[in-house]
Amino acid sequence: MLKTFIIGLVLGVLATAGALYAVPLVDQQREHSLVSVATNGGNVESFYINVPADRILAKQPGQDSLMPDTLDWPGADILQPIAVELYKIRNERGVVIGVASQSSEVGATTTDWLLHLPARGSQLISVQTQATLNGARRGDLRAGSREFAKRRGSVAVRWVADDSADEGVAGGRIEMLTNYVSQVDQQ
Amino acid sequence: MMKYAVSLLVGLLCGVALFIIVLLNNPFVAKRTLSPLSVGDTAVTSLSYTVVPTKTIAFTNSGEMRLQPHPKGIRLLREGTVELTDVMVTEMRDARGQTAGIGVKFSSRSERTNLLRGEALVDSAWYVHLPGRGSFFVEQSENYWPFIQNVFVPAYRNSANSWKGKWSGDLSTGPGALGVARVTGVGGSLLGQSMAAVESLSVQAYSTDKGPVSAEGRLLIEMPSDNVTATD
Repeated sequence: MLKTFIIGLVLGVLATAGALYAVPLVDQQREHSLVSVATNGGNVESFYINVPADRILAKQPGQDSLMPDTLDWPGADILQPIAVELYKIRNERGVVIGVASQSSEVGATTTDWLLHLPARGSQLISVQTQATLNGARRGDLRAGSREFAKRRGSVAVRWVADDSADEGVAGGRIEMLTNYVSQVDQQ
Repeated sequence: MMKYAVSLLVGLLCGVALFIIVLLNNPFVAKRTLSPLSVGDTAVTSLSYTVVPTKTIAFTNSGEMRLQPHPKGIRLLREGTVELTDVMVTEMRDARGQTAGIGVKFSSRSERTNLLRGEALVDSAWYVHLPGRGSFFVEQSENYWPFIQNVFVPAYRNSANSWKGKWSGDLSTGPGALGVARVTGVGGSLLGQSMAAVESLSVQAYSTDKGPVSAEGRLLIEMPSDNVTATD
């Protein structure tokens, strides 16, 4: 019986070690990356945010309305001119693939976007507050992690209003068209 | 025959338990005792923040984790692609305890997690905005294994399902050299600067139901000297 116990003991140790080795503890759900190649080089990918459905948090300077309305923004003076919004972001097929933050300060010429795609990495994009003639605002990828660590390129951010949205609620969607080139490719 | 089956089953359970005990006290997992930033001679600035969800400005996740979203009514991340992700917006304080700016942190469980190597990894990204100084982006992998060993497991072993004490440890494990986080200045006087950072955690009380009850996080950033004030 002692032999059986010892065999069980060894099997228990090996089974646990084997399970920890073979079975991934974390398995992020992935969506296919919908990336196309631009005519003059670079990989093009689009991200979308449906407003207000995808908005998680919103705080604009000088506005009393916060989202969620239970949000308690700190009273420190230094934080009052800061605008922060959090969103879920979607791919071209409309599937949520990550989260994003948009931050800026009153009077700043750029707005910073942090896009986080759990299965792929993060990207920090600085977008001009002034729109170009076609209504889009131009931005640049300043930094990235994992898949986006060695990429650089530009982003066009456009607001597309949805006229069918409820009266009194600004509805529409934010479209982000990224065009990135691997830094290795540029060399 | 029955007694052999029982003996085998008891042996199996003891084997699993033995392995878990050895794993939690794995002598082959290197313990980092010295912050990589403390060995350099460059100026370091410190930003601290609360990690207790109810004390942050906002915190959200899938709603099915130990850490509960805050404030009430905030949208949850229920979609499959983001359900292993936490989002936090918090006030950043300088070394004097004064509000210095705002921080947004996104963190997701990492698929590179390997408990056999003592790695419970989280991939995270920070965006920190310090009015009057600039803003920066932090990319890093964090290892919560020392926290699990020293706080999480003892809390479960405690009959009150809680832990009280003093534990501090570095979380950052890369991607920079010596396991530091990579920092890129994206605005203000920090624009274009490449820096390094180490994120650490200091816990005084932890509950298995609510998560951290009294705990503080800290970002130590190796900043260009002209961005460090005398009090940092």
